[in-house]
Amino acid sequence: MTQTIFEKSVDGRRAFVAPALDVPEEPDALPARFRRAEPPRLPEIAEPEIVRHYTQLSTKNFHVDAGFYPLGSCTMKHNPKLHERVAALPGYARLHPLQTPSRAQGALQLMWELQRALAEIAGLPHVSLQPSAGSQGELAGVLLTRAFHEAQGSRRHKVLTPDTAHGTNPATVTMAGYEVVKVGTADDGGVDLEDLRSKVDDDVASLMLTNPNTLGVFDRNIEEIATIMHDVGATLYYDGANLNAVMGRARPGDMGFDIVHYNLHKTFTQPHGGGGPGAGPIAVSDRIEPFLPRPQVVRVTSPGGRAGESGRSQASFELDFDRPQSIGRLRGFQGNFGVFVRSYAYILSLGADGLAEASDTAVLNANYLMARLRDLCGEHLPVAFDRTCMHEFVLTGGPMKRALGIKTLDLAKRLLDHDFHPPTVYFPLLVDEALLIEPTETETRETLDAFAEGVKAILDEAAEDPSIARNAPYGTPVRRLDEAGAAKRPVVRQAM
Amino acid sequence: MSRYTSATDADRRAMLEEIGAGSIDELFADIPQSVRLDRPIDLPPGKPEQEVYAYLRDLAARNVSAEDEVSFVGAGMYDHYVPSLVDALLARSEFLTPYTPYQPEVSQGTLQVMFEYQTAISELTGLPVSNATLYEGPSAVASAGWMARLQNGRGRFLVSRALHPHSREALATTAAGYGTAVEELPLAAGVTDAGALREAVGDDVSAVFLQQPNFLGAVEDLELLAPIARNAGPPAPLLVVQVDPMTLGVLRPPGDFEVDVAVGEGQSLGNRLDYGGPSFGFFATQEAYMRRMPGRIAGETVDADGKRGFVLTLQTREQHIRREKATHNITTAQTLNALAGVVYLAWLGRRGIVELGELLLHRTAYARRTLAGLEGVELLHEQPVVREFAVRLAGLGGGGFSRVIERCAEQGVNPGYPLAADYEEHADGLLVAITEQRSRADIDRLAEVLGAAVAAEREAVHA
Repeated sequence: MTQTIFEKSVDGRRAFVAPALDVPEEPDALPARFRRAEPPRLPEIAEPEIVRHYTQLSTKNFHVDAGFYPLGSCTMKHNPKLHERVAALPGYARLHPLQTPSRAQGALQLMWELQRALAEIAGLPHVSLQPSAGSQGELAGVLLTRAFHEAQGSRRHKVLTPDTAHGTNPATVTMAGYEVVKVGTADDGGVDLEDLRSKVDDDVASLMLTNPNTLGVFDRNIEEIATIMHDVGATLYYDGANLNAVMGRARPGDMGFDIVHYNLHKTFTQPHGGGGPGAGPIAVSDRIEPFLPRPQVVRVTSPGGRAGESGRSQASFELDFDRPQSIGRLRGFQGNFGVFVRSYAYILSLGADGLAEASDTAVLNANYLMARLRDLCGEHLPVAFDRTCMHEFVLTGGPMKRALGIKTLDLAKRLLDHDFHPPTVYFPLLVDEALLIEPTETETRETLDAFAEGVKAILDEAAEDPSIARNAPYGTPVRRLDEAGAAKRPVVRQAM
Repeated sequence: MSRYTSATDADRRAMLEEIGAGSIDELFADIPQSVRLDRPIDLPPGKPEQEVYAYLRDLAARNVSAEDEVSFVGAGMYDHYVPSLVDALLARSEFLTPYTPYQPEVSQGTLQVMFEYQTAISELTGLPVSNATLYEGPSAVASAGWMARLQNGRGRFLVSRALHPHSREALATTAAGYGTAVEELPLAAGVTDAGALREAVGDDVSAVFLQQPNFLGAVEDLELLAPIARNAGPPAPLLVVQVDPMTLGVLRPPGDFEVDVAVGEGQSLGNRLDYGGPSFGFFATQEAYMRRMPGRIAGETVDADGKRGFVLTLQTREQHIRREKATHNITTAQTLNALAGVVYLAWLGRRGIVELGELLLHRTAYARRTLAGLEGVELLHEQPVVREFAVRLAGLGGGGFSRVIERCAEQGVNPGYPLAADYEEHADGLLVAITEQRSRADIDRLAEVLGAAVAAEREAVHA
C-alpha cells in the first residue's frame, strides 16, 4: 500500500547534520514562555529513503516530457531544457530580492528587456512583471480599471464577462468588488453583440475577453466590441491565456484592448510544475500606465556616465517606487523572477520569426487535428463551432453519449490507457459534454495522427462494449477515485 | 529558428491539404485585416542555444549574489542552504512538467506531495488545515484578508506596523477593491502596542494581522495579544499571523494561541532566493474555515478497487466550478515550490528543525551582542529575537548611512537591510539576518567591517 513520508518515519533517523555550534551558547536567548514545547512531528528519515520516496512518487505522474498533453487553454508546449540551466545560474538563483539595485543590474536589465519584448508582442507600451500568475494579473487589471475610473471621479459597479470565459474572470471580478454581468455567445462563437449592447451602460467598468476565446474562435467583431466599450468609458481587458494563437499575427493592443495579462507558464513555456509556479505580467496602454503596480523596473540614462569617463551616456536600471497613482503592490519583492529568466530565454531563442512560427504551427496543428478528428470521429464527436479554429477547438460529446453510451469523462479516462493526457473536459460550460483540445506547436504530425486514431479506437471499442470506457482507466497507478467521498469527509492531512 | 517545432515543408503541405486550406495565412482569415500586424514583431532574430546561454550568463555575472559576498540581508527571504536532493528531485520531468493534477489517476505523485506538504505545514503551524500553497507570503496575507471579508463582511482591518511592509501593502492594494479600510497599529519598544490594539479593536473589525517574529526581528507576545485581538463581537475578528516557518522549531506555533489563520513566506524552506520568486505562500487555518479557504487542497480517498489515492478536493470553493461565487480566483499556484518545501522539511526532520532553530538563535544572539558592542551601533529594540535583529547606526551625518553600507559592500560584506525606506522613524535602522550559512567567522568579519565603516563616517562628521 502507498505510504506517505510520515508513515515511513522511524524515530532517530535523520538526513540533516547541523553545522557545529561555533558561538557561545546563550541559555537565555529565548525566554521559556516563547518556546515550543513539542517539536513539529516532521518525518525522521535518511537521505536515501527521501530520494527513493519522491522518485517513486514521481513515476506516478503523467507529464509533457513523456507524452501528448492537449489540455485546452493550458498550452502544454515543450519546456526547453536550457531554461532550467540558465535559471539556476548563481547570479540569479542566489540573488537576494533586496540587493541594492546597483548590484543587481543584470537582473534588472533582464526584467527591463523582457518588459520591452512583451510590450512589443502585445502591442501595448507599458508592462509590469509583478503578478504571480494569470489570476493575479487579472486582479491587477481590474484594480487598475477601478483606479483609472476613480481618478476620473467615477465609480462603476459592473464588469462584463462572456459565458465562454475562464472561471477566473468572474471570480476576479468579485474579489475586486464588482458585480459580474454575463454576456452571451452568438451562433458563430463570438460575443453576442446585441446582448452586449443591451448590457453596456456607464455603470460598466470593463469587459474581460479572451481572443481567441475558449471555443478557439477569433472574434471577428473585436473592433466593434472595443468601440462599444470605449464609447461608455469602459476598459477592454484581454485574458492572455490564448495568446499562443496570434503572436506575430495580431496584437491585443491593436485590437483596442487596454489591459492584457500574459501567462508565462503557457505561452512562454515556464514548466508548469504540477500546478505552478507561473507568472502573469500585465501590459497596459498610456492612459492606464500611471496606476501600474510598484515598483516598476525603469532604465535611466545619465549623461556623461560616471565622473571621469568619456562623454558617453551611461544606462542603468532602477526600481521606481515613486508612483503616486499606483494601485500598490500585489505581492512581495519583484515577482517570480526565476520564471522571467526562463521566458526571456525562450523569447531570445525564438526571436521575432520563431514566435510567429510558433503561433502559425500551433494553429496549423490545431486545424489539422480538428480535421483528422472530424474525418475519423465526426459522427460521434462533432466540432462544436465548425469553422477554422485558432490554436484550440471544442468537440461536443453529446452524440457520443447518446449513440454509444459513453460520456466525455469516460473517453477522457480511456485515453489515459492509451498514454495520452485527455483534453480539458466539460469546459467551456456552454458546450454539451465538451472537450477542449489544444495540441500546441511542439507536437509532430505523427503524434496528432496517433491521438486522432486513439480517439477513434476508443469510439469503436465503445460501439462494441461501452463498459470498457465506463470503467477506465486500467493501466494507471490508481483507477477512478472516489472524489465525492473525499469532499464529503475531507482528509486533508496525515493522521498522527 | 524552429528547434522546438517539427513541421517540415512537406508536413505543412500535407496538413494544409487535409485541412482543405491553401496556406497558413488562410487559417488566420478570421482576424480582420485592420487589426493584423502588417510587419514582423520588432524583436531580434532567434539565437542558437549556446548564444542565449552566453548572453544570460553574462547578465547573471552583473549581479552580486549571496555567492559573491557575505550577506546579512533577510527581511522576508533568507540565504539558507538548499540541499542537493531538492535540486535533484525538482529537476525530474515528472514533477517539473505536468499541469495541475486534473486527472488524478495519472497525477498521484503530485497529489501525494500536496497531501504531505499540507501535513507538514499543519505540523509546523499547529493548525489542523492547510491548503497546497498560495503564490508567496504577502499575497497570502492579502488572501487571508479576503477570507475574513467573506467570513464577516466587516469594514476594518487592523495591521501591526511590524507586519512586513510588502504584506501591509499587498493587503491594502487588494482591500481597496472590496472596500475594507486598513488601519495601522503602532509599535512600542519594537513590538505591537497592546494598548493601541485594545483601543482599536471593535465589533466592526474584520481581522487583525500580526507577524511572528515581526519585521524588526522581535518575538511578539502572542499570549498577550491574541485575546485582545479577539475581544470583540461575537463573532470575534479573525486573527491572522504571518509566521517565519524557519523559527517554528523553537518558537511556540500559532496554533498554541488559537489564531484563525497562519500564513507566511515559504522561501526559507528549500527554495532559492531567485531575486524574490518563485517561492510559495503557505496558508493554514482552523477546521471551521476549511470550506472558505483559498487555493487547491489535496484529500485522501480510495479508488474503484479500494486502493488508497489522493484527489483535489473541496473544489466547489474554486473558480472553475463556482465562478463569481468562488472563495478566490487562484488557479496556478506554486506546487513545485511546495515540493521543495516538503522535501526540505523531510530532510531537516523532527530533530533537525529544532537543531537548526537553536543554531540560529545562538548565532543571532552572538551577532547581536557583538554588533551592539561596536562604537556607534545600538540595539533598535531589546525584545527577544530568533534569527534577525535590528540596530541603529548612530551619530552619522547626512548620507552617512548609505556610505556605511557602501563601505561594507566594498569589503565584500552586505551588512543588512536599511529600514529607512519602510520606517521613517528608523532612518538609521539596519535589519540584520543570520542563517546557518553565516558562521561565527562571517559574523566577526561583519563586526570588523561595519565597525570600521561606522567609525570612519563618525570621524567624518566630527572632522
